[in-house]
Amino acid sequence: MPISELRNLKKYFATQKAVDDISFSIEKGSIFGLLGPNGAGKTTLIRMITGIFFPDEGEIIFDGKKFDPVNDIVRIGYMPEERGLYKKMKIGEQALYLAQLKGLNRHEAMEKIKEWFVKLEMQSWWNKKVEDLSKGMSQKLQFVTTVLHEPKLIILDEPFSGLDPVNSNLIKDEIYKLAQRGSTIVFSTHRMEQVEEICDHIVLINKGKKILDGSVKKVKQDFKENLFSIGFDQAPSLNGNSIFDLIGKKDNSYVVKIREGNKPSDVLKYFIQQNAEVHSFNEILPSLNDIFINLVEGTPVSRRFEKVEA
Amino acid sequence: MNKIFIIIKREYLTRVRRRAFILTTFLFPIIMILFITLSVYLAAKPGERMKIAVPNDSFLKSSIKTDSSGIAFVVDPTVSQANFDEKGYTAFLKLNSDSSSGEKHYTIISRKQVGLESMGEINNRLNKAYENKLLEQEGINKSVIDSVSTVSSNAIHIHNTVVDKDGKEKEANAGLAYGIGYGSGLLIYITMFIFGAMVMRGVMEEKMNRIAEVIVSSVKPFQLMMGKIVGIAAVGLTQFLMWIILIFILINLLPVFLPGDTIHQVQNMPNAPGMAHNTSEATNILSKITGGANWPLIIACFLFYFLGGYLFYAALFAAVGSVVNEDPQEAQSLMLPITMPIILSFIILSATMAHPTGSTAFWTSMIPFTSPVVMMGRIANGVPEVVPWWQLFLSMAILILGFIFTTWCAGKIYRTGILLYGKRATWKEMIKWVRRS
Repeated sequence: MPISELRNLKKYFATQKAVDDISFSIEKGSIFGLLGPNGAGKTTLIRMITGIFFPDEGEIIFDGKKFDPVNDIVRIGYMPEERGLYKKMKIGEQALYLAQLKGLNRHEAMEKIKEWFVKLEMQSWWNKKVEDLSKGMSQKLQFVTTVLHEPKLIILDEPFSGLDPVNSNLIKDEIYKLAQRGSTIVFSTHRMEQVEEICDHIVLINKGKKILDGSVKKVKQDFKENLFSIGFDQAPSLNGNSIFDLIGKKDNSYVVKIREGNKPSDVLKYFIQQNAEVHSFNEILPSLNDIFINLVEGTPVSRRFEKVEA
Repeated sequence: MNKIFIIIKREYLTRVRRRAFILTTFLFPIIMILFITLSVYLAAKPGERMKIAVPNDSFLKSSIKTDSSGIAFVVDPTVSQANFDEKGYTAFLKLNSDSSSGEKHYTIISRKQVGLESMGEINNRLNKAYENKLLEQEGINKSVIDSVSTVSSNAIHIHNTVVDKDGKEKEANAGLAYGIGYGSGLLIYITMFIFGAMVMRGVMEEKMNRIAEVIVSSVKPFQLMMGKIVGIAAVGLTQFLMWIILIFILINLLPVFLPGDTIHQVQNMPNAPGMAHNTSEATNILSKITGGANWPLIIACFLFYFLGGYLFYAALFAAVGSVVNEDPQEAQSLMLPITMPIILSFIILSATMAHPTGSTAFWTSMIPFTSPVVMMGRIANGVPEVVPWWQLFLSMAILILGFIFTTWCAGKIYRTGILLYGKRATWKEMIKWVRRS
């Protein structure tokens, strides 16, 4: 059952259709990637999922029922891309305040904060002010305040920007743990290698419309170009054949594209018949980065402002 | 509801704990008392000390007297314009012309310029001396006149009693009413600015820190705005309360700070304007202040109009804060439509103090943009003599409706503005946001 299901959402602003008829569902317990170039409408979409904006049209189903922002937002944790904390407030008090706004009582909040501070080695920060923290440190604090109340749905907008590899991994591990414990994670990012590594399912939006929706595996299969890389002890010389085209050659390996109607095993058979010593044989799947660029390219990099007749 | 309370608590505690708040709370009464003490002390202190040489040939020779003031006239025939400072005099009085009609022109010759106050005092003394001389010439005894004028000035007392239709009498005190009305109107005017701006800065801070987006994913924007407004109102009330308590304590401690002879001097000062002539009259005036004005009503109205006026404008300040981006300059121009009526109400207050029953005073004390300041000025003149009860209650009701309306409008602007980055919204766009939803 999906935790959040979006049906034909629309949100028009004065100068653009920020979200124009988008539907998809986010499965419970999954790690979901919401991708799109700058200005695609990701933030507007997230603001509707988190109840900050009301959609102009369409509806959101949260955990099986119609989304009711007033009561459901305590089960959502949202970390916006632009980090926000009170600069002059002490860190412990700040975490406590934000947790209480999420509906935890003082006692519960205190316990959870201590637990998380120990986990992320932040105990000594309690009486420091946010202005004393580095960017990476305040990022960690922001993450803690987002997930503290154990929300069912956690939305993280560019969670790793500004974090060093050590802290990135620390946060990444915590994200996996949260997903294992049944939270659903939505990532919004344009760092494709992270999406590829972490996400189960992705949706790509551009100019307010959904242009791709599926599991990472399936998307890669859908966009594969039947490319294989073959490694040899000694690269054989090639005469024309009807099975594949040679795309690239490097040292003792070839990159080939299989022609329509042939199977990978046909390629292997061909080389074995040639008495070539095949060392390795791998399918080359497109990276999400390639797919992303492929799909988004050709459209203007930044959105143009348009007059909306709403 | 609970969440609003959490926000109020944070807004209140972070501000009350600030060093600036603690400093202003404690320093303001101390500075005020010091200021009063200093001005009392300066008023009691004798002015410039002068020793003025008077030539022998003057009529002053017989009639000028020394008194307790710092200016002494000494008749010394050996002194001239050339040598007065060598002989230890501050100045030399030179008679320029002595016309037959009795007009006399003098020049004070001195090394340093003589102060304005001393010049006045010298003129007075010369007048007195001349008057005495003329009286003597006419054969009138000065002491007789003195005793007559003492008796007459103490015999006549005048005061204004206001009688209402039921025949109930009340002491009228125009000066006191003026003071209370003007003072409380001014205080409301200043505090609306201070605390309104505080709300605006708080909203701007939240928007620029980008924490607004985090918070509105937990609470409704309206809750965040109201939490801030109510929290800051509580800060304002706390400060007022502290000031009242501190001023009360300090006034009671004042005799300790002020040397006894200074107080004595003030009490015995003959011509100090506004000063009590003696101790019994001072207590008399004090009892008139406490008795003559309806303090419980004035304080209750003051708190109501402070809160009402603050709530009326605070939401508007919050709305302005929510549409401003990085540049504080933008806030200036957007604030103008809000600050104008506040400034205007203060100007109207000054103008209506003299005519608290006029039609300008009536209408401006009904319109919620100006009523908090103007109505406070009128109330001090007496309820229900000058301000009938129905006017007071109508004004209060309109103010309550007014702040509900401004808060409602501002809430809509705030909701959109707080999450909008980039171009600054214009007033026209903001009005559109209000209408749209």
